[in-house]
Amino acid sequence: MSAIRESLLKDLTPEIEKTGRTWYVVFGIFLLIFIVGIYGLIQQIDKGHIVTGMRDNVVWGVYIVNFIFFMGLSYAGALVSGTLHLFKTPWRAPVIRIAELITVISLAIGPFFIFFCVGRLDRLPYILAFPRIQSPIVWDVIAILTDVFGAAIFLYISFLEDFAILRDNEDLQILPWKKKMYRILALGYQGTEKQKRILSFSRNVMAAIIIAIAIIVYSVLAWIFGVTLQPGWHSTIFGPYFVIAAIFSGVGLLIVLMAIFRKIYNLEKYITLKHFVNLGIVLFVIAAFFGYFTFSDYLTKWYGSVKMDKILIDKLFTEFRFYFIVANYIGILTPIIIIAIPRLRTIRNITIAAIIALVALWVNRYIIIVPTLETPFLPIQDTRADWLWYSPTWVEWSLTAAGIAVFGMLFMIISKIAPIISISEMEEAEEKRKQNQLTGEHHE
Amino acid sequence: MKKNKEESSSRRKFIRNLGLGLGSAAVAGSAAIAREPAEPDSGEKVMLLSSDGKLVEVDRSAIRVAKARTKEEIKKSYKGLPDKKFVMVIDLAKCKNARKCVDACQEGHMLPKDHEWIKIYLLQDSEMASKYWFPKPCYHCDNPLCVSVCPVGATYKREDGIVLVDNKRCIGCKFCMTACPYSARVFNWKDPEVEVPRDHVYDPELNIPPVEGTVGKCVFCADKLRVNELPRCVKACPMGVIYFGDINEDAVTNGVETLRFSSLVHDKQGYRHMEELGTAPSVYYLPPVNRMYPVEIGFEDLDESISERYTPHDVKKPKKNDR
Repeated sequence: MSAIRESLLKDLTPEIEKTGRTWYVVFGIFLLIFIVGIYGLIQQIDKGHIVTGMRDNVVWGVYIVNFIFFMGLSYAGALVSGTLHLFKTPWRAPVIRIAELITVISLAIGPFFIFFCVGRLDRLPYILAFPRIQSPIVWDVIAILTDVFGAAIFLYISFLEDFAILRDNEDLQILPWKKKMYRILALGYQGTEKQKRILSFSRNVMAAIIIAIAIIVYSVLAWIFGVTLQPGWHSTIFGPYFVIAAIFSGVGLLIVLMAIFRKIYNLEKYITLKHFVNLGIVLFVIAAFFGYFTFSDYLTKWYGSVKMDKILIDKLFTEFRFYFIVANYIGILTPIIIIAIPRLRTIRNITIAAIIALVALWVNRYIIIVPTLETPFLPIQDTRADWLWYSPTWVEWSLTAAGIAVFGMLFMIISKIAPIISISEMEEAEEKRKQNQLTGEHHE
Repeated sequence: MKKNKEESSSRRKFIRNLGLGLGSAAVAGSAAIAREPAEPDSGEKVMLLSSDGKLVEVDRSAIRVAKARTKEEIKKSYKGLPDKKFVMVIDLAKCKNARKCVDACQEGHMLPKDHEWIKIYLLQDSEMASKYWFPKPCYHCDNPLCVSVCPVGATYKREDGIVLVDNKRCIGCKFCMTACPYSARVFNWKDPEVEVPRDHVYDPELNIPPVEGTVGKCVFCADKLRVNELPRCVKACPMGVIYFGDINEDAVTNGVETLRFSSLVHDKQGYRHMEELGTAPSVYYLPPVNRMYPVEIGFEDLDESISERYTPHDVKKPKKNDR
């Protein structure tokens, strides 16, 4: 065993070997939130969707916002990890696995929010039994299913070498079932030249495929809104706008998770300021793009005088002005300012910028969905306040919190099965670095 | 159905029967009525138009309610009535918000009080123009976005132009509700708790009972059309606002007068709501000019909960506790 691998194993495997009390406490809190969400779901199934804030005008609420949000995170994870891998970005090794995990875990959660939103959960199989291809929802089902397989394969083959390393490491203090699990999951990978070649080729192919899938799939999701005639949704810009927004939130989440794992799993040695700055610059560029898209989308609506656009813009600038400011000013400008000024580029600041970007993007989704549905072509003439204005209920919030809790729990569980930093990637990167030092070349 | 064959054999007959309002008895002929066990006269007379064009009075007790249809017959509700293309014309000059159409529709379809398949709006096109009442059923568009976006084919367009929702198929994704630019659809947010007769067989044409978690909307009373009757809203309107008919026959009737559809729309400058959206509605409006009543009459005898609808709402949301 090489010295590099030994030191990597020493640093990265303790989390697999033993689990501290804090882990159980945090997991317990997440579990509690999850149980409250389940209670909310039972209420909703029992009493009907009347327990949500959705009514005949605003038929899609926080559930759809969460759906778009989680799917966006997933596609962004795919785009980021795929791009980092494909372009052999030199600093990718410690962060690529977190990006890959975001892809798969968000993808496992997102569709559940559609299930919560559907009135007849029991009839969900009808989509597969009686699909109509002209419906964008069917496009989305096909797209998401493709993505599930693509992302799962990409994640799995990126884990393969690590499973083999963990299997071959006799010193690992783990229970026998875990050893057996690694043996099965490693699929007999021995690291022969041929195996290495095949694996590397497959990873490149899958990286390219999931980049393409991510772009297509998120555009399809945007078209669910774009194909309708609703003011604010009926926009040609929606496909690329959603893709950019997704990357924005995904990079934000990646930075936040890097900060968290760095702290709790003592990875300061591996995830350094350099990674935060590099991803911060990605965030900066995407924020600029996202701001540009947002501006051009709203400018054209605001400048003209189309009645419905005007009503919508008025609503956004009055009733929803705080949301609008948070989503489209604070959320875009904060990351740009923090990263543009070199003096401000600390790990803490970049993490704060990422959190703001993440929250702002959720709010941005909210003000894409709700105000449009509150401004139908024929004015809402009703006396019932909840028919006139949407306001999410505790059921919707509890399920939202449950979604975040499940995200946390899945991340925590996976971090106990495989190291949160890829050992094989790190090994490769370290070896390359050493070689470069020997030959006197410096590639960064 | 035997009756259907008779109808299609003579298309001319249909429109005459339409005018008759309660045609099931008429198509089958008076003999059918005679075969029924005699019921005591209700004393309530109904005006009917006989097949030779004469107005006749019939006692209400002589009218039979159409029986529930068999499964094979229900399959026909996916195809529609042959050789028909239904159209509605709403004369805005006559509407005074009497709301009888809403009541009849809710009663006929066993809808909860807060579900309106036909809604009456108070609209004003521009500041200088006056307000007018605007009844709005489903427009049964010829280019229906709701049908395009439905992922499971629960909402479908029939040969006769009617757009229906099969609430046994609907998964409740509500995509059709966001796709419809006319807010024609309502959602069953909770169990409607409707008691249906025991021998009732579900049929999308009548759409009873409403099912929790599915979408409902105006069905142009396809069940009535099948038995040659006018939709409930048409019959219920005291002002004869709503005309209904078949474009192929080029005739529409409000139960009192029967008019040539093409000349009515041509002469009175009929229009379709938001034609620019390209959805091609099957509902035409006659502009609210030379009106029979001032718009204020529509506010008389209204429930407060309904009259308040038409007062502009505060732009600000009420606080949570106020709700």
